[in-house]
Amino acid sequence: MSKRKPYVRSMDGWWKKNPYYVEYMIHEGTALFVAAYAITLLVGLVRLGQGEAAWNGWLEALKSPLSLVCHVAFLVAIAYHAFTWFKLFPLTMPPIMVGGKRLEPGVVVGSGWTAAIVAALALLGLVWRIAA
Amino acid sequence: MKTRKRSNAPIFWGLFGAGGMLAGLFGPMLVFITGIAVPLGLLLPKDTMSYAKMLAFAQNFVGKAFIFAVIAFMLWHAGHRIFHSLHELGIHGGFFGKLICYGGPLLATVISAVVLLGLGF
Repeated sequence: MSKRKPYVRSMDGWWKKNPYYVEYMIHEGTALFVAAYAITLLVGLVRLGQGEAAWNGWLEALKSPLSLVCHVAFLVAIAYHAFTWFKLFPLTMPPIMVGGKRLEPGVVVGSGWTAAIVAALALLGLVWRIAA
Repeated sequence: MKTRKRSNAPIFWGLFGAGGMLAGLFGPMLVFITGIAVPLGLLLPKDTMSYAKMLAFAQNFVGKAFIFAVIAFMLWHAGHRIFHSLHELGIHGGFFGKLICYGGPLLATVISAVVLLGLGF
């Protein structure tokens, strides 16, 4: 190894210097909440497999104040994930051609958001119908 | 002829995309239903997530597929995103990063499949 110690500028906190990158880190950070919620559901599925008493224990745990606070945080973060997921579509998806013209970015984003709202309402309606 | 090693990136990106799409379309409403509305007894019937109803849902082919897809794909999505974001924070993945970010979702996928198949049809 060389004894030279060239100065290397620190990259610590680079993303804090530009609002665009702060937003980037926030929307990437939603993944932590997606993971936490998916793990919550996985625990529920395992409890379901263990029988009625175990399942009811999981349902009781969901009623605790800590769980409710966590789920409000999951809701905010995952809703923000949904918002940014479709907002980035013009950058992440290949261009969609309609009649030889590229579909406007605004139309692509708007369709994504509309699909998300329709899917959410359809899910609520379906759960309500199955449960009733 | 020279054989080239195919990149595995499209597979993980595909899993990331599928999970991101599911979380985007159904995530917020699912959180509201399972974590807020049902525990507080809001809006939906009281026994929406009763043992009998959830067991029937998990034994139905479509219900099984939905539960499996939501849990597995959301975790592959989150793992992939977290793995790449660690890089932005100056933590350069490595073996342990991959073990947690991709091994975790793999383990969750296997557990979900075993439990769902064990519940029968």
